[in-house]
Amino acid sequence: MSGSTLLVLSLLMPLAGAVLIGLAGRSPNLREAVTMTTAAALFAIVIALLMRFNAGPAPEVMLQEVMPGLKLALKIEPLGMMFAVIASGLWIVNSIYSIGYMRGNKEKNQTRFYICFAIAIMSAIGVAFSANMFTLFVFYEVLSISTYPLVAHKQTPEAKASGRTYLGLLLGTSIGLMMVAIIWTWVATGTLDFTKGGILEGKVSGALAPLLLALYVCGIGKAALMPVHRWLPAAMVAPTPVSALLHAVAVVKAGVFTVMKVAVYIFGVDFLAKTGAATWLMWLAAFSLLAASIVALGKSNLKARLAYSTVSQLSYVTLGAALATSMGVMGGSMQIAMHAMGKITLFFCAGAIYTATHKTEIPDMDGLGRAMPFTYGAFLIGALSIIGLPPMGGSWSKWYLLIATADTGQLVMMLVLMVSSLLNVAYLLPIVGRGFFAGSDAPPAHGAVHAAGAAPAPDTRLRAIKEAPLFCVLPPCLTAAGCIALFFYADSLYRLLEPITRP
Amino acid sequence: MISAHLPILQVIVPLIAAPLSAFCRRAGVAWYLSLVICAVSFAISIALLIQVLEEGHISYLLGSWAAPWGIEYRVDVVNAFVLMIISGIGTAVLPYARTSIAAEIEPHNQALFYTAYLLCLTGLLGMVITGDAFNAFVFLEISSLSTYALVALGAGTDRRALSAAYTYLVMGTIGATFFVIGIGLVYMMTGTLNMADLAARLQGLEHNRTVLVAFAFIVTGIGLKLALFPMHLWLPNAYAFAPSAVTVFLAATATKAAVYLLLRFLFTVFGIDYHILGLTMTWLFTPLALAAMFAASTVAIFQVELKRMLAYSSVAQIGYMVLGMSFLSVTGLTATIIHLFNHALMKGALFMVLGAIVLRQGAATFNTIRGLGRKMPWTMAAFVTGGLSLIGVPLTVGFVSKWYLVAAALESGRWPLAVLIVLSSLLAVIYVWRVVEAAYLEEPPADSKATEAPLSMLVPTWILIAANIYFGVDAGLTSRIASAGARLLLGVAQ
Amino acid sequence: MEFKDAFGLFNYWIVIVLMMTGLYIVVSRGNLVKKIVGLNIFQTSVFLLYISMGKVTGGTAPILTGKPEVFSNPLPHVLILTAIVVGIATTALGLALVVRIKNAYNSIEEDEIQKLDLAAENEVDEPGARP
Repeated sequence: MSGSTLLVLSLLMPLAGAVLIGLAGRSPNLREAVTMTTAAALFAIVIALLMRFNAGPAPEVMLQEVMPGLKLALKIEPLGMMFAVIASGLWIVNSIYSIGYMRGNKEKNQTRFYICFAIAIMSAIGVAFSANMFTLFVFYEVLSISTYPLVAHKQTPEAKASGRTYLGLLLGTSIGLMMVAIIWTWVATGTLDFTKGGILEGKVSGALAPLLLALYVCGIGKAALMPVHRWLPAAMVAPTPVSALLHAVAVVKAGVFTVMKVAVYIFGVDFLAKTGAATWLMWLAAFSLLAASIVALGKSNLKARLAYSTVSQLSYVTLGAALATSMGVMGGSMQIAMHAMGKITLFFCAGAIYTATHKTEIPDMDGLGRAMPFTYGAFLIGALSIIGLPPMGGSWSKWYLLIATADTGQLVMMLVLMVSSLLNVAYLLPIVGRGFFAGSDAPPAHGAVHAAGAAPAPDTRLRAIKEAPLFCVLPPCLTAAGCIALFFYADSLYRLLEPITRP
Repeated sequence: MISAHLPILQVIVPLIAAPLSAFCRRAGVAWYLSLVICAVSFAISIALLIQVLEEGHISYLLGSWAAPWGIEYRVDVVNAFVLMIISGIGTAVLPYARTSIAAEIEPHNQALFYTAYLLCLTGLLGMVITGDAFNAFVFLEISSLSTYALVALGAGTDRRALSAAYTYLVMGTIGATFFVIGIGLVYMMTGTLNMADLAARLQGLEHNRTVLVAFAFIVTGIGLKLALFPMHLWLPNAYAFAPSAVTVFLAATATKAAVYLLLRFLFTVFGIDYHILGLTMTWLFTPLALAAMFAASTVAIFQVELKRMLAYSSVAQIGYMVLGMSFLSVTGLTATIIHLFNHALMKGALFMVLGAIVLRQGAATFNTIRGLGRKMPWTMAAFVTGGLSLIGVPLTVGFVSKWYLVAAALESGRWPLAVLIVLSSLLAVIYVWRVVEAAYLEEPPADSKATEAPLSMLVPTWILIAANIYFGVDAGLTSRIASAGARLLLGVAQ
Repeated sequence: MEFKDAFGLFNYWIVIVLMMTGLYIVVSRGNLVKKIVGLNIFQTSVFLLYISMGKVTGGTAPILTGKPEVFSNPLPHVLILTAIVVGIATTALGLALVVRIKNAYNSIEEDEIQKLDLAAENEVDEPGARP
C-alpha cells in the first residue's frame, strides 16, 4: 500500500468505525468489539506510516481543492507523526478503559458516546497530518464539534452549561480569532502550507508579527493558555474516559500542537527570535503556568485539580515554542508526548476511583490507596512523570526546556520552571500520600466521614471498597508503565523530532 | 434554433404556465404542471449559464426591436448565476411544497397557490434577466404582488399572515415606487431605459443633481425590497406567517433577486467610477450592514418562534452581502455573489426543516422542538448541519462566504471589520445552539407523538443540505463564477 | 428663481405635493383602507411625473401624418399605462387583504389589530416556552 493511501486510510478507518458503531448500537458487545478493532487497525496504520516516514520521503496526499489555491491536503512531518502515534496508541488503551468505566457506571447513550469518540479521534489524526493551516483548521473545528456531545453527555443542567462554555469558548476563539489570523496569513503570503522556516518572513512586518501571533495563540483555545482556559475545567463534567483521552491528550494536545506548528512552520523559529514577536507569549505562558498550578492547589475536586494541572502543563509547550530556540521547540514537543502519557494515567486513576467508590472529592479519598493499591501505584508513577522526576518520561521534556532557558539566558523562566515543579509536587503528591497513609488509623476528623454519616466505622467501610473492574485498572497500569518506558526510549523520540529543530 | 431563444423562454414558460395552473381545479394536477415547468426553467437557466461561461454575454432582443429602443434581455455571468439559484430553489421547493401546502392551505386555494408561485418565479427571473430598467420594475411588481398573495395564504393557519402580507404590500409598494421614480429621473436625463445604454449616457452627467436624486431613490427603493437594515421591518412577519413552503422559497430567492438588482444598478448603470459610490459605500452601506449583522442577530437570539428567528438571521445575512459590496473590490463582490448562492442553500434547507416541524408539531417554537432530536432524527440532523453552515464552520458553504468576506476586509486594510464579521457570526452560534440544545438535550414531553417527517419533505431538505456540504468542500466552481461576475461588474480584466 | 420659472415647474410642484400627501397618509393613518388611498395618491404622483417629462412644448400626439411635426414623447405614456395597471393590481390586492383582515379580526384599525396580535403572541410566549 502506498504512503498516500495509508494516509487517507488513517482518516477513513475511524470514520468507518463511527458508522459501524452506529450500526452495531443494538448490541453493546459487538459495538465495543468494533471500537477495539478500529482502534487497533488505526494504530497499525499509524505505525506503518511511521515506518514509511522513517524509511524515506514523507507520504503526502491532496484530498480536495476547496477554493482556488486552498487545499485539503495531508502530509507527514515529525511533530504530527508523534502526535498521531500518541493519539492512536492511547485510543486503544482508552477504549478498554471506556468499556469498564461506561458499563461500571451504567452511563446512558453509550452508542452516541462511542460514535463521537471515533469522530474525535479521526479529527485528531487529521490535525496531526495536516499539510497546511487550512486543513488543520478544518479538523480542529470538527474536533470541537464532535466532542461537544461528549461534554454534554450527561444532559443535566450542569452538563449543558458546561457544554455551552466549552463550545462557546472553543468555537468563539477559533472562528473569532484564529480564522482571522489564517485569512490574514493567506492575504499576506498567498499560501498556508506548513513550510520549514516559516512563510511569514518578509511578508509581515516585525511590528505586526506579535499581533498576528496573538490572534493565532488566543485563537487556539484548545491550547488552554490563560485567559482562554475556562473551557477545560468545564469539560470535566464529561465521563472520565473523555477527560482522559480528549481533555488530557487529543483535544488539548491538538491545541498546543497547533501552537507549535504555527511557531515552527508558519512564523519560523528564526523569524520569531529575530522579531521578538513571541516575547510577550513567553511571559503569558509563564504566568499561565504558575497561576494554573496555584489554582490547582486550591481545588478539592480531583478532576478539577487535574484539569488545572493540565492547563499548567500545556503552558510548558507554549513556553517551549515562545522561547524560539531549537531546544525550546524540542522540549515543548517532547512535553506533548510525556504529558499525554502521564496525565492520561492520572485521569484513568481518577475514573477508577470514581467507578469503585463514587468519590470525586480529594478529602473523601483518605486511605483509599490501601484498598486500591494498583490504582494508586499507577497514580504515583503518573504524578512523578508530570512533576518531571527520573526515571519517568516527564523528566526529559523539563530537562530540555531548562536547557532552552539557559541557552537564551532567560533566568526568570528557569526560575519559573523550578517553582512550577515544586507546585506540581505540592498539588499531586498529597493525593497519593493521603491515599496510602491518611484515614483509617486517624480519628474520623474529616468531613468525609461525617458525610458518610450512616456508614459504619471507617475501617469496615474501607474494607468494602475493592479495586475497580479490571477494565478500569489495567489501562492506568499500562500507561504508567509507558511513563517509565518513555524515560528509557526518549532517544528514539528525540531522533524523530530532531529534523524540526534544524533550520 | 430553440437555444437562441432561451432567454425569453426562461421567463415566458412559467408565465404561461401560471394561468394554466389556475384552470386546474385539482391541486395535484397544478402541482405536476408546476414541477415540470420549474424543472424546465431550471434546465434553461443551466443551459444559459453554460452558454455564458463559454461565450461571454448573450443579448436577446425582444421582438427583434433593436436595443436601446426595444427591450433587451442581457445575460452575463452574474445574472445567469442568479437565475440558476432562483430556478434551482424554485424546483427544489416544489416536491417539498406538496405535503406542506396540503397541510397548511385550504383545499380550494391550493391550485391557486401554484399559480401565484409560478408568477412569483416569473417575476424574479424576469427582473434578473432583463437589461431594461423599466422592465425590471414591471417584473419586480409581478413578483411582489404574487408574493403578497403567497404570504397571505398563510392565513389558513394563522390570521397574522394577513396583516403581515398587508404590511409587506404597503412597504413593498413604496419601495417599488421609489425605484420607478428613480428610473423616471434617469430617463429624464438620458432618454433611455436600456441599462447598458444608460451606463454609457450617464458618463459626463456625474454631477447632475437629477441623477444624484435618481441614485438616492433607486438605492432606497431596492433597499426596501432587499430588507436592508433598517428597512427590514416587513420581513420577519412575512417570513414567519407565510406557509412554510413559501418561506423557504422567499428566503432563498426573493432577497437574492433584489441584491442582484442593486448590484446591477450600482455597478453597471452608475458604474464604479460614479463619484458618490465610494461615499455611499463607506458611510451608508458599511454602517448599515454592520448594524444589520449585529442588531438582527441579537434580536434573533431572543426569538421564541423559530421561523422568526431565522428571518432575523436572514436580515443579518443580507448585511454580509451588502458589506461585501461595500469594499468595492473583486474579493468583496465575489463574497457578495457567492453568498447569494450559499445563503440560498443554507436558509432554504433550514426553513425546510422548520416546515417539517410545523407539519408534525403544528408550530416551530422552542416549546415544540423539545427532544425532537430523538423523535425526528433526520430532520434535526439537517438543522444541525444547516446551522453549522450558517455559523460558517469549515467544509460548509457558510465558511466559503465568510472566508471571502474576511479576506476582502483584510485586503482593504480594514481589519477591525474583519474582526466584526467573525464576531457577528458568533452570534449565530448562540441562536443555532439554543435550538440544538432544546432538540437534543431536553427530554420530549411524555405525550409527544411526533414522528419523522415524510420523505417528500426530507429528500428536498437533504438535497439542499448535501449541496451545503458539497459546495463547501468543492467551492471551485462557485468561486470561479462569483469572481468572474465580480470582475465583470467592476470592469476588471478577467 | 423667477416666478415664471417656478410656475413653469408647476407640474413638478404638484407631483411633490401629491407624493408627500400620499406618503403622509400611509404613515399617519391607522385605517387600513385609508392607507391604500394614500398609497394610490403616492403612485399617482409618479404617473404625473412621467407624463410631465414626456411633454414637448408645442408637440402633438405622435401620429404620423406625413407632415413634419413636433411630437410629444410617447414612451413615458406607454410606461405609465403599465404602471397604472400595476397600481390597480396593487390596490385590488390591498383591498382584498383588507376584506380578509376585516373577517379575521373584525377590525380594520391598525392599532386594534396590533393589540390582538400581541395578545396572541403572549399566548405563545408562555412561561417555559423559553428554555
